[in-house]
Amino acid sequence: MRLAILTSRIRVEEKLLIDALRQRAIAFDIVDDGELLFDLSNPDERWREYDAVLCRSLSQSRGLAVLNILEHWGIRVYNPAAVTALCNDKLLTTLALFRAGIPTPHTLLAFDSQVAIRGMEMLSYPVVLKPTTGSWGRLVARINDRDAAEAVLEHRETLGSYQQHIHYIQEHIAKPQRDIRAFVVGERTICAIYRTSEHWVTNTARGAVASNCPVTPELDSLCVRAAQAVGGGILAIDVLEDAQRGLLVNEINATMEFRNSIAPTGVDIPSVMLDYVLSAMKEEAVR
Amino acid sequence: MTHCPECEAEITVRDLLVGEITYCPDCNAELEVLRLEPPSVALAPQIEEDWGE
Repeated sequence: MRLAILTSRIRVEEKLLIDALRQRAIAFDIVDDGELLFDLSNPDERWREYDAVLCRSLSQSRGLAVLNILEHWGIRVYNPAAVTALCNDKLLTTLALFRAGIPTPHTLLAFDSQVAIRGMEMLSYPVVLKPTTGSWGRLVARINDRDAAEAVLEHRETLGSYQQHIHYIQEHIAKPQRDIRAFVVGERTICAIYRTSEHWVTNTARGAVASNCPVTPELDSLCVRAAQAVGGGILAIDVLEDAQRGLLVNEINATMEFRNSIAPTGVDIPSVMLDYVLSAMKEEAVR
Repeated sequence: MTHCPECEAEITVRDLLVGEITYCPDCNAELEVLRLEPPSVALAPQIEEDWGE
């Protein structure tokens, strides 16, 4: 059995996965996405050496491109390209959540800045403006009034790439200075953390503090359903607590970071990830 | 041992992996390990718009 781990750079998460592979004496290679050259008409036999490829690319676009190619060549990948594509795009994630009847914040989409402002005023300020792609809370803005809306939209339309011209507008959820990051592997929510911050953005990448969040049956059920809505696999589900509506699924991450979540939860997340991959590979081998 | 491309301080890559990030002890530049043998580092790329989870 041999695995490939696709990376852009080696973070703490990749080192933890490498440690877990070494502990199990599983052969693996680290594949740097920057060094890859694909002849699309000629499948590279090198990839057939691997029973599976685990995508840990820091670059979402590179990672998705590689997943699409490898799947096309019949290589087993985690997470599948279709799952990753849905999670990498907030619009597609939201549509998948609606399709599955998963509660999620009220969201609008507009292309023109004046139309976007009209949408923001329909939701009423404050609202949250996000790019449809991106991560770590980057370029996510809380818009408190029309002045801020005009300023931020003008900056996006003037300075941003075409992706910044798609205005994904969410109602602002008055969360209790925290949100929930739940980790779903297969059909189980293996653990969850609260991400607490005095800032309204509660990404740990932006300084939020992680603490254990008990996985209640309600949280487990919601997160597993959300994971299944995008196709399932190894996923991190971001959940907001709304005083009236309860738990709302906000976003889903297909290449999850977990370094801050092992200590507070006591769950060896990289080992559970590997268990999932290995068990799926064994099932495949039996067939 | 190799040298920081920014300030030429001595950089060791012992216990690191290719692709891992380290910091120059003198100028604090973010460095990416390119090779272990012989050791080689480069200024780490800035965060790209599509980086993330």
